Amino acid sequence: MANMENEPVLRTKGISKSFFDPVENKVLKDVTFQIERGSFCSIVGKSGCGKSTLLYILSTMDTDFEGELYLDGQSLRGLSNMELARVRNEKIGFVFQFHYLLDEFTVLKNVILPGIKLGKLTKEQLEHEAMGLLKIMGVDDQAMKKPNQLSGGQKQRIAIARALINKPVIIMGDEPTGNLDKKNTEIVFEIFKELSQERKQSLLVVTHDDDFARRTDRIIEMEDGRIIKS
Amino acid sequence: MKLFLILDVALGFLMARLRQSIVAAVGVTFGVAMFIALVSFMSGLNDLLDGLILNRTPHIRFYNEIKPSASQPVNRSLLFQDAENFIRSVKPKDQGKEIYNSKAILQALKSDPTVIDVAPKAATQVFFNTGVIEIAGIVNGVDIQAEEKLFRFSDYVLEGDINDISNSSNSIFIGKGIADKLLVDIGDVIQVTTPKGDISSLKVAGIFQFGLAEIDNSTSYASLATVQKLLVKPASYITDIQIKLTDIKNAPATAFALSKEFGVDAVDIQTANSQFETGSKVRTIISYAVGITLLIVAGFGIYNILNMLIYEKMDSIAILKATGFSGRDVQGVFILLSLIIGIAGGLSGLLFGLGLTALIDNIPFETPSLPTIKTYPIVYSGVYYVIGITFAMVTTFFAGLFPARKASKLDPVTIIRGK
Repeated sequence: MANMENEPVLRTKGISKSFFDPVENKVLKDVTFQIERGSFCSIVGKSGCGKSTLLYILSTMDTDFEGELYLDGQSLRGLSNMELARVRNEKIGFVFQFHYLLDEFTVLKNVILPGIKLGKLTKEQLEHEAMGLLKIMGVDDQAMKKPNQLSGGQKQRIAIARALINKPVIIMGDEPTGNLDKKNTEIVFEIFKELSQERKQSLLVVTHDDDFARRTDRIIEMEDGRIIKS
Repeated sequence: MKLFLILDVALGFLMARLRQSIVAAVGVTFGVAMFIALVSFMSGLNDLLDGLILNRTPHIRFYNEIKPSASQPVNRSLLFQDAENFIRSVKPKDQGKEIYNSKAILQALKSDPTVIDVAPKAATQVFFNTGVIEIAGIVNGVDIQAEEKLFRFSDYVLEGDINDISNSSNSIFIGKGIADKLLVDIGDVIQVTTPKGDISSLKVAGIFQFGLAEIDNSTSYASLATVQKLLVKPASYITDIQIKLTDIKNAPATAFALSKEFGVDAVDIQTANSQFETGSKVRTIISYAVGITLLIVAGFGIYNILNMLIYEKMDSIAILKATGFSGRDVQGVFILLSLIIGIAGGLSGLLFGLGLTALIDNIPFETPSLPTIKTYPIVYSGVYYVIGITFAMVTTFFAGLFPARKASKLDPVTIIRGK
């Protein structure tokens, strides 16, 4: 614990995973790597190489795997679902290809919902925090609207704000620009870059977009369930 | 804080599907309201029907039964003491209808703390004469104050003042059936013939109607003294003693004990009217069964709507889980959603139920057989409302539980990756 600062934010040891439908198919084979604090990494690879599967294991949502996984120095082996939910809530920010905002609530409410769940700040403090994040994203004027009134690019930026509300140790993205046009892709990339450089935010993004990947600090290339270059 | 958050999310989902939620709640409202109206009405009806018979029946009646002597002469003979005696063609022995030592028995009963009150009766069969026509009937000589206290006689009186029975001698209250047949009214004089052939004239002081044609067509009431005079008997002549107990459940045991003590035959209300209790029970069971069925059907409505909602909101459930809501939290959201529908529907059901019973309570229900009943009978009891709301909550809880468990088990990865 003493050298917390030097401990990599994410570390894996020999992660393997198989699907058994219809026959055994090993999608991840002995994946071992680590991500340093404050680095902006991308995982690239062809469809079916196991990069998304790896990401969902890293995000604790998929618990059916072999090997060791450490997040922020803590082993995630053998934690209950309740404990894993807590870890996701507190330490991981997730940005999906699709925005997954709740249409029932306002933009502001969507952003603060994980914060209320965590329960460390009051609603007023969270709202203040959220407005700051929305301002960084450039969508603070949309705070009181419902998500279904916004454009795809705006929604994705709000999703990023939601991922940041609990000050996670790492942001994970599964093709976060996959549904966006060139201009919005650029905006989202700039936001990520800014988070990485100014806030020393660790980021791990799975992407198809080679152009996007090339501009990150580090590229992890996968093929056939293995890391071939990192 | 946590519950507040879950409630917040549940309300969000509820608002998104407001119309269906209201329909589901209305289902519960209807179920609870009908349950309350049905049970209140059925209980009212039960009390009315039971009262028709049970109010007029003493808990224990003492009388002399016509029956064979318990000990036949042959059994007393020392000669045949050890033998099994078969006696054929035994004839019943009439000891007379009079209860012997009635004064002492009445005294003993009146001082018994488990006895509410005692009503002595001297009944006799008579003929009511009009012209050459004779109508068979009964005159009950009663202590009218005791009769009123025990059986609320005045509830059934159509015309006349019951005190006239004791105040003016030779007056009589007759059933409506007899009055119609004899074509007499209050103030008219009728002639009655006793079994021994004595003819007396009695003045009609009132007309009653119990609602049971058999009784209204044959029975009449006069004072004890009038009947004793009619029969040319002393003032101690009594044929029946009727009592009510503080606890009706003790009637069979008390009847047995007192019958032995006084050496008089006794019959208790349970033995005499066992069929009424059965009828009441069956009616109650039916009304509860129908009411609860309605609530269960409403529960299925909630189940359906929640299932649909979960199907529609899969993405939302997935993201809630991805951002740190546990399966328990998601389950809580949907159970709470279901309970909100249940509580809202149930509470308005209580109000509608009260309204519905009040409405039934005001519907005119006038039947010649029940002169004091003006509207349909209703029992207002808090117990029905408590049962109604409790069952509504339980039903909606279980209706919500199964969809909620399904939602809590949803794997966010399969939903998110399925896109």
